[in-house]
Amino acid sequence: MKGRMRSHVNAVDQIATGTHGLRARRGRTLLTALGIAIGIASMVSVLGISSSSRAELVAELNALGTNLLAVQPGSNTFGETVQMPEAAPDMIRRIGPVESAGSLTKINTSARRNEHIPTTNGQGLDVVAVEPDLFVTVGAKPAVGRTIDDSTEELPVVVLGSVAAERLGIRSLADGPRVFISNRWFDVVGILEPLALNPDIDRSVMMGYPAAVRELGIKPAATQIYVRTDQDRVEAVRAVLGRTASPGAPNEVQVSRPSDALEARTKVDQNLQNLLLGLGGVALLVGGVGIANVMVISVLERRTEIGVRRALGATRRHIRIQFVLESSLLSALGGALGVALGIGVTIAYANSQGWLIDIPPLGVGGGVAASLLIGAIAGLYPAAKAARLDPADAVRPM
Amino acid sequence: MSVANPPAPALQLRGVTKTFDGPTPVHALRDVDLIVEQGELVAIAGPSGSGKSTLLNVIGTLDRPTTGSVEIEGSDAAKLSDRELAGLRSQRIGFVFQHFNLLGGMSATDNVATGMLYQGRRAAERRREARTVLGRVGLGHRLDAKPATLSGGERQRVAIARALVGDPALVLADEPTGNLDSSTSEEIIDLLLGLNAEGTTILVITHDNELAGRMPRQVRVRDGRVAA
Ligand SMILES: Nc1ncnc2c1ncn2[C@@H]1O[C@H](COP(=O)(O)OP(=O)(O)O)[C@@H](O)[C@H]1O
Ligand SMILES: [Mg+2]
Repeated sequence: MKGRMRSHVNAVDQIATGTHGLRARRGRTLLTALGIAIGIASMVSVLGISSSSRAELVAELNALGTNLLAVQPGSNTFGETVQMPEAAPDMIRRIGPVESAGSLTKINTSARRNEHIPTTNGQGLDVVAVEPDLFVTVGAKPAVGRTIDDSTEELPVVVLGSVAAERLGIRSLADGPRVFISNRWFDVVGILEPLALNPDIDRSVMMGYPAAVRELGIKPAATQIYVRTDQDRVEAVRAVLGRTASPGAPNEVQVSRPSDALEARTKVDQNLQNLLLGLGGVALLVGGVGIANVMVISVLERRTEIGVRRALGATRRHIRIQFVLESSLLSALGGALGVALGIGVTIAYANSQGWLIDIPPLGVGGGVAASLLIGAIAGLYPAAKAARLDPADAVRPM
Repeated sequence: MSVANPPAPALQLRGVTKTFDGPTPVHALRDVDLIVEQGELVAIAGPSGSGKSTLLNVIGTLDRPTTGSVEIEGSDAAKLSDRELAGLRSQRIGFVFQHFNLLGGMSATDNVATGMLYQGRRAAERRREARTVLGRVGLGHRLDAKPATLSGGERQRVAIARALVGDPALVLADEPTGNLDSSTSEEIIDLLLGLNAEGTTILVITHDNELAGRMPRQVRVRDGRVAA
């Protein structure tokens, strides 16, 4: 008797056999792969777009620094708003890791373009007294003109935040613009660039403390102090700020970090991203069911092929592998198309927004791997059906 | 056992029956005994529904007999697992079907090369063999043609080449001329006679008595019984 005869297919041929059905029906292959392609494309582009936008936000945050703190008077136990001691800014500047600090005091008045506009029309702008140090502390730069400094803080002049300038209709200093505050004119000597972390300053009309005390008779108690610290000591400074600003009543001082608001935006993105990823997942699931469907139909149509292969010596296992492979390759084709599409969408969108392009490799690799897996799972049932076919039945003409 | 064992017959059936279960069970084969020696060319003839295809499927191990034994070159098919039967089919048996059953979208060469796919041979080797065998069946000039562009007779030649490639002990053809006109049938029968003359053992089913009469040996099937 002869040695045992083995039916065997080498790996390269097994893969080629897995592509046979796909190559024979190209139109159907492409249409079926499209479902997976759309699912993967939406996931990759969601990941790509959100990580590109986050990359942009992180770059912005890094440029602004997360080492800016804000100190504000809070309320006492009776719920009344308290005043900060006048010495608070100087005390804060004495804390070692504080690089700079600058205060501002809101003045209960409004700025107008001329005396004919009623005083009730404040246009949402604040008139404030500022220390020259405030500008370095928050990183404010003049778009035109200058900031309030040692030589101008005594004079009846103002500097406008970007929003304040816009609302007052002042775009340049060319024709000597002035604003009317509490019955007297102040010359505009500068307009600031917009500030990402300090929308309050964008909306302010700013003058020096000596001018405000002399012209408007204010009490120079700060309503806000900005503090720039050593990047590595932010928390330490934060812990002592209340005590330093108001030794008598540290609890009546509020300390916050303006960059936290910006950081919160990345968290909101995360929720939206999860939602969109979920939708992409549903698309994938639908694509997978579509593949399973088409594979079942394909097995029915290819009864004879299956019978012929069994007659030529294929084992049930060879048939099962052929169809699982076919299904996986079909899905992976969709996955590859989807990844390409998703990258294209990400690049186009990021470019249109002027963002950095950041395509997460995990999304790309995960997309292809997920589509392979989905295809393999979708192929299990049709492949089992194909393998179970009785070879004698399968070759019998119907 | 004696020292000079005669070579095992290509095929030996002993008491083979095949019953298809159902509301009314069909006794497709009843107590069939058959021996085919190496190098024979046998026509299996009989009316439609007499059990010819069932007999061929049992011989080709696509179907197991209900009772009785099937031996291919001395090895008992009943003792083999599904996997081992697949191995036997891949190495020792070649099938030709009435409807050709070529794989669409594949060239003639690739169709024939598929006949050796499950022997685990490399693609280049399979294609080389396929081209040689296509030459033997007179299709050396249509190596790259797709089945859809071939005539019926040409398709059946490709199917015969697919059965021959890989050097089987036994070629089984189920009405290979059933879908062909008479002159093309003539060519296919001549081809089978020629291949047999070169040494291939062949069983051909036909319900055409005249064609059967041209074969060296006829086996008549009637109502599932064989009258040799
Ligand atoms: N899978 C099957 N189930 C039930 N009956 C079958 C099956 N295959 C064949 N038969 C029956 O067995 C008998 C022999 O069929 P077959 O071998 O195809 O005859 P032939 O090839 O000589 O025309 C017929 O009555 C046929 O209906
Ligand atoms: Mg038949």
